[in-house]
Amino acid sequence: MRYFLPIRKKKKLWTVAGILGAVTGVEFIIAFTMDHGTAKTALFVILTIVKAGYIVGEFMHLKYEVKVLFWAILVPILFIVWMLVAFVYEGMKMPVFN
Amino acid sequence: MAHSTATAAHGQSVWDGGVSPMGASYGKLMMWFFLLSDAFTFSGLLITYGLVRSSHPAFEGLVDSFKFSTEYWPIPEKVFDAIPFYHGIPLPLVFVGIMTFILIMSSVTMVLAVEAGHRMDRKAVEKWMLWTILGGLTFLGCQAWEWNHFIHGALSGDAVAEGTQFFGANLRQNQYGPQVFADFFFFITGFHGFHVFSGVMLNFLIYYNTVTGVYQRRGHYEMIEKVGLYWHFVDLVWVFVFTFFYFV
Repeated sequence: MRYFLPIRKKKKLWTVAGILGAVTGVEFIIAFTMDHGTAKTALFVILTIVKAGYIVGEFMHLKYEVKVLFWAILVPILFIVWMLVAFVYEGMKMPVFN
Repeated sequence: MAHSTATAAHGQSVWDGGVSPMGASYGKLMMWFFLLSDAFTFSGLLITYGLVRSSHPAFEGLVDSFKFSTEYWPIPEKVFDAIPFYHGIPLPLVFVGIMTFILIMSSVTMVLAVEAGHRMDRKAVEKWMLWTILGGLTFLGCQAWEWNHFIHGALSGDAVAEGTQFFGANLRQNQYGPQVFADFFFFITGFHGFHVFSGVMLNFLIYYNTVTGVYQRRGHYEMIEKVGLYWHFVDLVWVFVFTFFYFV
């Protein structure tokens, strides 16, 4: 007996692949046109999260899974967000070590 | 394997067992939780990179006047600016762009294999799995070239770090900047590359099982979906490595 195996639509799949390619292209444009700084880093982070959302949601199909599973995967990610903010902040306060 | 799933029959209590509140088989669920733990491992590596990087001064000045030095963190596009057959021509980040494209495409062919599996179309599964394996191997080949180039360094240009002539990088010496920069490069891309390698092995395993008709006899191709989750995760991690190591 099989579980609910959701059907994937091929057309949607190519659309997602196109979006991922386009976002990567935009990242390249940003990399060579914008000056280094907080705004640039923030843009990269946002675009990366957009790409991650499409990969996890569409390719890995998490968007269409049962809600309990969806949140069981997403909620622990909050720890990573906290860890990132805390450690990068810590790093900026730290003297250089070699 | 075929008996690993069941739904509650009519008239049974939900507490009698056989109910799966997450609507996924045991294997798939455990794959998800493994990937979650693996996400934490990779986050640990990338966040440590962020910590160390933000504790080093950035290069102040125009990008064009950038020179390698252990005094500040290198600008990645000045380090990774080579592609095969175009020796000596600076093409910043083009090669990682190609690698990203290869990995995203192999993710697409993987979903196509999963989709073919739902239709029980064995020939199509075989075809798309082969493309996926090819994509994985190509990516690994690219990474081997990238590592080789990083280790041996450029033959010209300012390869002087602290008065000594040294080209390339290893775990003790580094032409491009602070030593930890090279160490992180080896650890993070190496750990990811090892995941890609494992993924190719798993992909080959399920390709073999497809060819020998194991899944056809079993009646479903869920294994393709489970390994597919792992393969997409490898792609996902690369998206983060790509941004945080090569761009930011």
